[in-house]
Amino acid sequence: MQKVDVPGSLTPDDRDRMAQVGIDLAMTTRCGSYLQLNQDVAHATCSETGIEVMSIADALERYPELEKNYWKVVQKDKDDVTKHVAAQKNPRGYVIIGRKGSKNILPIQACLYLGKEQIQHVHNIIIAEEDAELHIVSGCASARHVGRGGAHYGISEFYVGKNAKISFTMIHTWGEEIEVYPRSAALLSEGATFLSNYVCMQPVKKVQMYPTATLSGERSVARFSSIVIASPGSSMDLGSRAILAAKGASAELITRAITRGGTIISRGEIQGKVDGTRGHLECKGLILKDGLIHAIPEIHGEVVGTELSHEAAVGKIAQEEIEYLMARGLSEEEATATIIRGFLDVKIQGLPDALQKQIDAAIDAAESGF
Amino acid sequence: MFPRGQYNPGTVMLDIKDLHVEIGGKEILHDINLQIGEGETHVLMGPNGSGKSTLLMTIMGFSGYTVTQGSIRFKGKEINGLPVNERAKMGMGIMFQRPPTISGLKLSKLLTAASGETKEEIEKYAKAVNMERFLDRDINKGFSGGEIKRSEVLQLSVQHPDFVMLDEPESGVDLENISLIGAAIGRLLDKDKHIVHRKKSGLIITHTGFILDYIDTNQGHMMCDGMIKCHGAAREMLKEIRERGYKECMECRK
Ligand SMILES: Nc1ncnc2c1ncn2[C@@H]1O[C@H](COP(=O)(O)OP(=O)(O)O)[C@@H](O)[C@H]1O
Ligand SMILES: [Mg+2]
Repeated sequence: MQKVDVPGSLTPDDRDRMAQVGIDLAMTTRCGSYLQLNQDVAHATCSETGIEVMSIADALERYPELEKNYWKVVQKDKDDVTKHVAAQKNPRGYVIIGRKGSKNILPIQACLYLGKEQIQHVHNIIIAEEDAELHIVSGCASARHVGRGGAHYGISEFYVGKNAKISFTMIHTWGEEIEVYPRSAALLSEGATFLSNYVCMQPVKKVQMYPTATLSGERSVARFSSIVIASPGSSMDLGSRAILAAKGASAELITRAITRGGTIISRGEIQGKVDGTRGHLECKGLILKDGLIHAIPEIHGEVVGTELSHEAAVGKIAQEEIEYLMARGLSEEEATATIIRGFLDVKIQGLPDALQKQIDAAIDAAESGF
Repeated sequence: MFPRGQYNPGTVMLDIKDLHVEIGGKEILHDINLQIGEGETHVLMGPNGSGKSTLLMTIMGFSGYTVTQGSIRFKGKEINGLPVNERAKMGMGIMFQRPPTISGLKLSKLLTAASGETKEEIEKYAKAVNMERFLDRDINKGFSGGEIKRSEVLQLSVQHPDFVMLDEPESGVDLENISLIGAAIGRLLDKDKHIVHRKKSGLIITHTGFILDYIDTNQGHMMCDGMIKCHGAAREMLKEIRERGYKECMECRK
């Protein structure tokens, strides 16, 4: 087991909140770790052969060739968020590189923790070289007391090499006053697989993101899965986009959204640009209390040989389902919670067990609140 | 209230008096009277649309079935107004004809929630109805007609109800499954126990009567136009229906 530096300033509550988003400070279940508190890099390390975890400052110094992956799939002048991050003199964030053929069995964790009312900015680059396989859990959270003015701006650039695979599981536990603006994009080579998972079960003031995967390699696969709950006062504008730009490329975008009074805009777009491509978009929404779920699925086909589909459904829990379970002895509350838990149960194909369990645990932790 | 399994005055399990039921403001059941004793299994027959399913759904307490008059007593207690799960806890169990699919809910998880039994015990029950391969499947998702019935019987068998309601348990079931399901239903109703030790009661809707080969029945009731028109020995009544159809049933033509 690898030891990592954990700042003594972390309170038990901070540690709990980190655990909620999948951060194992004891490192028993992780092979590598990056921990950033506000703008301070606490540690960046990895014990797996062929995999490097570094702060972005170190990485840019050590590997000048990284320049070709820096501000390439995400553009600096895209919006105010990217401009803000690009203007920083001291970039923060992490770089993870899986060298050719490397693979991690235990996931790597990246923890971005916000402890004060400020804008936390990060810029991450994740590269899986040919045949490499990287599994990452990214836990983002804030201390309970952080109030208005707390924000997180995060740039993430993913490069998935030939026949390589990256799974990126992002779990969020923010606070009611915090605004979060991830800006992510991925570039997929031939035979590459990119799995991007997002789980947010806790209140947040605002999250807005629209990660894009460009499938420029033949037979590449992208799968986006989002599982979110919007509490009253939370506003989530979430999308994901897949651009199918090479023969045999396929994408699947899946969302499970629940509102308990908050707002969810669930966007999704698949562009079929060349023949022999396939894409499916699925958004299921459940309204537990009046709020808003606005699903905007878009499919955009340009050639005869692309097959794209979408399905979206928004509604409440069927009384028939509740009573079915009540007839088996469950109370109305138990039946409702059981159905919601089932609704949120998304099994992500190709995701290692450990990460699927992490997602399940994040959902289960919120279950008592239904 | 009598908790499940402890009721033993030796007499009435279900006692329905002067029951009127509406669906969506329209009266569907009129003046139903029915008594089922402990250890007895009754059969409910009648043409399509006569109100048989409505009676079962009303007894279980599902929403949409409004009792406008009369009473339903179960184990001596008036149950009108009790939620479905309270009735289940008192020992009622029902087999659904067309149960809903619940995405993400595994059959095994529901069985555990319904029974509190261990994984091993649940596997034993599942094996008995050839359902062990379905434990990890989402409940009812893509199940065939026979599989739904087996799953329903399995759910009932872990629930151990004292009073079992079955709505056309043989419909959609092929010959291979019918004996499996029939035997499981027989076990639910204490069929293998001597009549004096038999505690479980049942109310079964059937058209075909196939299920009667697997259970002992006491009485049959004929439902027509929302009323119970006649009573008799279940087998004889079914034989008559098979030979001459419901049209010939004198009482129904009135
Ligand atoms: N949900 C419903 N809404 C309106 N009418 C209903 C509903 N369910 C049943 N009915 C009516 O009640 C009557 C009895 O139906 P049902 O109990 O299903 O009959 P059976 O089970 O004997 O075939 C029928 O006329 C049917 O149309
Ligand atoms: Mg019916």
